[in-house]
Amino acid sequence: MSALSLAGSVRSGERSARSIVEEHLAVIADAEGEINAFNLVTADAALDRADRIDGVVAQGGDSGPLAGVPVALKDNMCTRGVPTTCGSRILDGWRPPYDATVVERLDAAGAVIIGKTNMDEFAMGSSTENSAFGPTLNPRDTTRVPGGSSGGSAAAVAAGFTPLSLGSDTGGSIRQPAALCGVVGVKPTYGAVSRYGLVAFASSLDQIGPFARNVADAALLLEVVAGHDPLDSTSIPAAAPDLLGVLDRGVEGLRVGIIEEISGSGPTGLEGFAPDVQARLAEAAEALAAAGAVVEKASVPSTVFGLSAYYVIAPAEASSNLARFDGVRFGLRVDADNTVDMNTATRTAGFGDEVKRRIMLGTYALSAGYYDAYYGKSQKVRTLIVEDFARAYQSFDLLLSPTAPTTAFPIGEKVDDPMLMYLNDVCTIPSNLAGHPAMSVPFGVGDDGLPVGVQVLAPANGEPSMFRAAAVLEAVAGGPTGAMP
Amino acid sequence: MTSETTSEMDGWEVVIGLEVHAELATATKLFSGARNEFGGEPNTHVDPVSLGLPGSLPVLNEKAVELAIRVGLALNCSVQASEFARKNYFYPDMPKDFQISQFDQPINGEGWLELPDGRRIGIERAHLEEDTGKSTHVGGGGRIHEASYSLVDYNRAGVPLIEIVGKPDLRSGEDARAYVSELRAILVAIGASDGKMEEGSMRVDCNVSVRPVGEDELGTRCEVKNINSLRSLGRAVTYESRRQVDLIASGQKVEQQTRHWNEEDGRTHTLRSKEEAFDYRYFPEPDLVPVAPSAEWIDEIRAAMPLLPGERRNRLAEEAGVQPAAAALSVERGLDDLALAAMDLDADPARVLVHVENNLADGQGALTADAFAALVAMETGGDLTATQAKTVLADLVDSGGDPASLAASHGFEAMGTSELEGLVDGLIAEHPDDWEAFVGGDEGERKKKSGFFVGQIMKATRGQADGRVVNEILERRAGNA
Repeated sequence: MSALSLAGSVRSGERSARSIVEEHLAVIADAEGEINAFNLVTADAALDRADRIDGVVAQGGDSGPLAGVPVALKDNMCTRGVPTTCGSRILDGWRPPYDATVVERLDAAGAVIIGKTNMDEFAMGSSTENSAFGPTLNPRDTTRVPGGSSGGSAAAVAAGFTPLSLGSDTGGSIRQPAALCGVVGVKPTYGAVSRYGLVAFASSLDQIGPFARNVADAALLLEVVAGHDPLDSTSIPAAAPDLLGVLDRGVEGLRVGIIEEISGSGPTGLEGFAPDVQARLAEAAEALAAAGAVVEKASVPSTVFGLSAYYVIAPAEASSNLARFDGVRFGLRVDADNTVDMNTATRTAGFGDEVKRRIMLGTYALSAGYYDAYYGKSQKVRTLIVEDFARAYQSFDLLLSPTAPTTAFPIGEKVDDPMLMYLNDVCTIPSNLAGHPAMSVPFGVGDDGLPVGVQVLAPANGEPSMFRAAAVLEAVAGGPTGAMP
Repeated sequence: MTSETTSEMDGWEVVIGLEVHAELATATKLFSGARNEFGGEPNTHVDPVSLGLPGSLPVLNEKAVELAIRVGLALNCSVQASEFARKNYFYPDMPKDFQISQFDQPINGEGWLELPDGRRIGIERAHLEEDTGKSTHVGGGGRIHEASYSLVDYNRAGVPLIEIVGKPDLRSGEDARAYVSELRAILVAIGASDGKMEEGSMRVDCNVSVRPVGEDELGTRCEVKNINSLRSLGRAVTYESRRQVDLIASGQKVEQQTRHWNEEDGRTHTLRSKEEAFDYRYFPEPDLVPVAPSAEWIDEIRAAMPLLPGERRNRLAEEAGVQPAAAALSVERGLDDLALAAMDLDADPARVLVHVENNLADGQGALTADAFAALVAMETGGDLTATQAKTVLADLVDSGGDPASLAASHGFEAMGTSELEGLVDGLIAEHPDDWEAFVGGDEGERKKKSGFFVGQIMKATRGQADGRVVNEILERRAGNA
């Protein structure tokens, strides 16, 4: 059942929020042991909350657009009094004294927070294998990774643990796991959703967005969490866009371009795209054309440099953002003879290898004498990408690419080869660098029977047309992707 | 350095550039709603942002920007579009382990400050940044590496600072003190800061170098930190410049260092060398957007600026017909408006300034311009002696009132000139030696003796005589007038 109809049934009094929450807790109890999507299931709090919503409904009050709908949060969003770990040992024992803005908005909308989901430590990874609390498995095939870094949020939705979840996307961390798990995942325009209370990885790239089993539910959740927040200086000073209202408008007349460079076609394109993924992309393009869109090849040349620029900019910001985890005020502290040694001992014990790798990369890139060659140059690439997109969007309303080069890969396959792992994000990173919205829509399966995701990209604030295209693709692909068998 | 510094400073020029941090007088912190207030129970003026909690984000305080622009305008700086940057280094009193500051795009570019003596001291920039918390390292001599434990109070963390970077245009400890006290007066006058050095709301770092007189190139500089008063500033400059001259005189080189001023032993000590300097890894703060104050806003702020101390000195000096430096104390005491008002009522400017400087150290109290002018008029009209005027002035400051009736209640009546002449003649007869010394002595002697005669007359008349009249009689008797 969709989140939309669940909320409708609660609002009309047809179903109780408690029954919905109990039903999902039962699914979790059944399969979470195998999947490991959650770092924490907040069952008691969720049931209390469901009862309060049922109370509101009983008294004839407005229970909100997400009345009684369970939502899981990636474990990098602050929840008052509830542990928030970022998948790291370094936040051991920390309970934030405040709620993230998205949490407040979910509360106001009648949603029921059901738990905190597993993730690559500090959102650094593409497989959710870099978690201090063990890997999350892909519910479609438990020998495979769910993607990352929001693998727990993607898996929780795919496994039917919750109809909705929130993830964060810095270089593809919502879209890539959505593709690998066969669900819808959206990275909104930078600034569309408040980052207040999202533990930062790379501030200029991070963006919170929804996971859902269908496009309409993703639109519903995004409408609830988006909109201006005075606590985030980079928040767009505008109300959330109307998405549900435009979903059925189709794509008649929309100009859609397939980005050659990041779809494995064209002379200057990147390599490593699986043929089955390319085939699904071609079918998706045909589907849009059949629905009345004008589909052509498009070139956004500098997207091929996105990965390189990203792996300088994101670690640089991370090296600074993660400095505060020093054992002084919160989380883990490993005692030593003096404060400086305590800082070192704490960070040595608290951070995993990938986090340390990126802190070192970023520290190096910002160091005196190297800044211009690395950080400065990467910012220029970023500007080029923005300019190239702007040029492309003079000819197109939307762009199209695969979400990831392959379907879900086996657990352990890439975890020891950072470069191979990083290549998973070649298609998704350019949108983060440009600050543009992009989403992954399930579109059929690969030769291995695992889901393939198609990425729809739009210019800043282009969510409405992006969702229209996504709705068309979803309809052609055979309707909403169902819960797990 | 253990030997006393004794070398000759002749032939050496001291070059000083100051970096002054002043806490801006906002109600809340630079990036959050936590209170900006000195003191308080440790860690009570805090919130997720000023504690640097994970997930917290900075939001710029508009009032702090306004105050920074006021500072820029007061220092004749170019007020410009600016950007925040992160200055990265680990220290427990810095909650995020980076400081949000401004780097290559400060809100205020080059400008200048005019000293009371008219010299212009260049300003390199004046930028916004956040303050740190306060650490107390317990044990190990108060140093972080040896301490057995450290306590941190984050009440100050995130308090808005303006850092005013001066050019190396100062040449002595006296210059440095004059610069800081003028800067402080400006900051207080425009309401940007309370300027309290003792509470740390104004802090001075001092770059000192020396070079032979006539040399154009700057010597190697040392930065001296931990200067907590104007007095320390003068002492630190004197010590540090002598230390550097000593080094060079003994054939050694000055090493670029950050040094720590120790108030107790009166010396500077090495804190870190150039090699140990931090690499701050500045980069643009991604959580904030650039600040581009509109021309309209800047004009609005400019229009609302009060007169600056320099402008007030010039105004008063012009009215009183003196040099601006002579008006400095009146302005410093905030009594220039009173003085001007009294002068407007035709009070003698010289007497007004004398009273302001000598008899109104604690402010004007209940004294009004009208009463002040009336009092000075009585004095210059010969109805009151200077001493009597001082007494009446004290009454006016205490409780106001009418100078004439106050004088009457004290029984003050100026003595007639003929009565005084008699007293003076009697005194001359009683002290022929002193009289001779007065008539025939050099300038110093004359002064001394005139003091003696006036003093004696004052004693005899219990202060009712007018000292100026006595002096005139003495001069006449000596045949000088």
